[in-house]
Amino acid sequence: MSRKKMGHTFASKLLLLLPTSLACFSVFPLSLIEKKVSSMNLSSIKQLASTKPHFIFTINFSITNSFPYFSSVKMDEFVNLEATELRLGLPGTDNVCEGRERVSCSKRALQGAAENETESSTMKTETSPPRKAQIVGWPPVRSFRKNIVQTKKNESESEGGRGLYVKVSMDGAPYLRKIDLSCYKGYSELLKALEMMFNFSAGEYFEREGYNGSEFVPTYEDKDGDWMLIGDVPWEMFVCTCKRLRIMKGSEAKGFGCDV
Amino acid sequence: MASVSLLFVTLLSVTLYINIKSFILWDQSQTFLPSLSDSVLMDRRFPFKVLEHIFSFVDSNEDRNSVSLVCKSWFETERRTRKRVFVGNCYAVSPLKVARRFPKMRSLTLKGKPHFADYNLVPDGWGGYAWPWIEAMAARRPLLEEIRLKRMVVTDECLEKIAASFRDFKSLVLTSCEGFSTDGIAAIASTCRKLRNLELRECIVDDLGGDWLSYFPETSTSLVSLDFSCLDSEVKLSDLERLLSRSPNLKSLKLNRSVTLDVLESLLRRAPQLVELGTGSFSDELDPEEISKLTKALSELKQLKSLSGLWDLLPEYIPVLYSVCPRLTSLNLSYATVQMPDLIDLLSRCSKLQKLWVMDLIEDKGLKTVALCCKELRELRVFPSGADLDETDVTLTEQGLVSVSEGCQKLESVLYFCVQFTNAALVSIAKNRPNFRCFRLCVMEPFAPDYRTQQPLDEGFKAIVERCKDLRRLSVSGLLTDKAFEYIGVHAKKLRMLSIAFAGDSDLMLHHLLSGCESLKKLEIRDCPFGDTALLENAAKLETMRSLWMSSCFVSFGACKQLSQKMPRLNVEVIDEHPPKTRPDSSPVERIYIYRTVAGPRLDTPEFVWTIHKKPEVGVSRLAIR
Repeated sequence: MSRKKMGHTFASKLLLLLPTSLACFSVFPLSLIEKKVSSMNLSSIKQLASTKPHFIFTINFSITNSFPYFSSVKMDEFVNLEATELRLGLPGTDNVCEGRERVSCSKRALQGAAENETESSTMKTETSPPRKAQIVGWPPVRSFRKNIVQTKKNESESEGGRGLYVKVSMDGAPYLRKIDLSCYKGYSELLKALEMMFNFSAGEYFEREGYNGSEFVPTYEDKDGDWMLIGDVPWEMFVCTCKRLRIMKGSEAKGFGCDV
Repeated sequence: MASVSLLFVTLLSVTLYINIKSFILWDQSQTFLPSLSDSVLMDRRFPFKVLEHIFSFVDSNEDRNSVSLVCKSWFETERRTRKRVFVGNCYAVSPLKVARRFPKMRSLTLKGKPHFADYNLVPDGWGGYAWPWIEAMAARRPLLEEIRLKRMVVTDECLEKIAASFRDFKSLVLTSCEGFSTDGIAAIASTCRKLRNLELRECIVDDLGGDWLSYFPETSTSLVSLDFSCLDSEVKLSDLERLLSRSPNLKSLKLNRSVTLDVLESLLRRAPQLVELGTGSFSDELDPEEISKLTKALSELKQLKSLSGLWDLLPEYIPVLYSVCPRLTSLNLSYATVQMPDLIDLLSRCSKLQKLWVMDLIEDKGLKTVALCCKELRELRVFPSGADLDETDVTLTEQGLVSVSEGCQKLESVLYFCVQFTNAALVSIAKNRPNFRCFRLCVMEPFAPDYRTQQPLDEGFKAIVERCKDLRRLSVSGLLTDKAFEYIGVHAKKLRMLSIAFAGDSDLMLHHLLSGCESLKKLEIRDCPFGDTALLENAAKLETMRSLWMSSCFVSFGACKQLSQKMPRLNVEVIDEHPPKTRPDSSPVERIYIYRTVAGPRLDTPEFVWTIHKKPEVGVSRLAIR
């Protein structure tokens, strides 16, 4: 490789590293020099996290101390990285670290670079029912196998309960999501989860008027193929008859009787 | 005078027309390679006929690929004699080229979506459409007899086209496919008179009812295997009975769950020659007379080697199966929610068992029985039943796998789901069984360390890759640092496929793998903390691999662009909800799928898949046309 090319690739690598570090999205410090220190912290925290499965850990990391190029950045200047929290969460709260959250974090991090909040690693502990974290595609079991076991369990738990995974689509989002209805005990939990998944707010539910206060209307398709408003029927009946969910928006939602 | 000139003009134009037409025909008949005429080939030291005869003994496609690289005449001879064509990534090459290259093709195997599509990591609509392939083959290779597709989108139009275009069509095997309905299956059943294999393995089918079964021809069929275990709806019993009666060659039958236990006996009576049986649901109430009839029918299956299905198997029906156990080489209990100790009675009778799929309800005790009784065992898969979520006591630990590795000398393939593991267990497993070819361990707690010593599982996996020299496929899990991947890079020289989740500390991890594992062909990674450096440094390696999948890692969009522009024969596809253009180069992308290809960027990407264009000034486009 010619000297010019080598210099060019080095410079491009440097340029690449600059915005990377400033964006502060990296949870794990990448410098080889700093690796020992950072990896010790990381594995000890990981080990701690794994021995306490029913806690929620919120850990914010900084990478500013790992790049020797940026001595100007102070060691204890951290940027709030809520979206990159390492969580061993539980169903009912949002899903663990989706790529989307990290993406939106980098945007926020760039904007919030000026904020410079100091925050060392914190550990919030909340008691919660001892159920496993719901991570997309984990454990790596094929979906039809998951459904079968799930169906069997729910059949033995409650007669007629299906607990199947249903697809959720939202108008305007390019691809669908799937949720497990058996995770939720009622409409409020379900709506909260949907709101967090798609970043919208559904407004308040009124029996006669439908959802007030938002242009998004959560609906579902039942066994007969009709589109119904979520919340009209009792929860158990909803779980049995729901085939898939759709969060409608704007003009289409008018037919459901809400004031848009 | 006018008539003479008119005649002359007519003659001239006719001659010209004939010349042009024959030129066009000649041009069309050329393949994309300069073909050597037979006479030229005959002048070589080994005449064409001799080479052809020698190559007929070369079965494996890998060997055939090597053969075709020796010289032009070998390439020509090989391509004219290859009957079974395998394409591991349907986007790596264009269907037209494949159709033209292999004129004697009789069987085509294709794989579409990346493996992680099985676990919902690939959004719907990503791609993997079978239609372009079927269309190309229908036009050029009408003598095609077998099509095997895995993880592809197959529509009813595809199935109807297959039925209409290939007159000698014999075998359709669809694994994990989707997009079609039972109407398409009916078309195949009714039109393909020479159909031998119709297998739908774990497909997602739009089930419009059980009528499709009645579409098989009324005269005797040539069916050898029929698998509809993934369908939901009921088929008519009379249709099924009549089909079995007129299919004397049927060796493999896999029913779906809606076939109830009370009808099983009458079906088995009509097919005593079965070698593979997948039952339907095994949970109805039967009276003692029905039970004894069923037991007798099962004992009549003297050639039965493989048993599966067994949905909701009740413990009181286990004795019914005793008569077939001693001959069984393959047993799939992964839908049978039977618990211990009932399973022991069943397993202790299966002394010839080579392949066993169970749920973790088997527990350590059951696996000890397997280790004692099933000495021929080659493959073991233990799936999670989800029972631990209910807080019922399921004691499946690492000890189960250790005992099987001690007792079963021939064990070479393992898939094991377990809540936690230890390094010591992995070390003893490796010591006991250095003949592993496929080792997939899924510790279901992400980042779970060795629960006795709280250390990462690095030493355990080191033992596995050090001792198992023949390891082809590995899945790692649990708490792992970069050291583990250093060991894998150094020792796992024959490793072809590696799956990683929630592991590693830094870029070093990827660097070790890409620079170390020489035979690596497929690498899939999710939720690991590495970024751009290792990927860009080892870019050349990616063209020796079939594909690389990374999701929820920290690869930046800028690195994707660099990689794509550096490597001309790689397709770098970004799967992201938001257009990468609207974000800075440094922002990480959600998922990337990188694969080598000679077909250029694909044209059927949905709105959330972005192919990085090769020309820097274009950047990213949905339809990245060269």
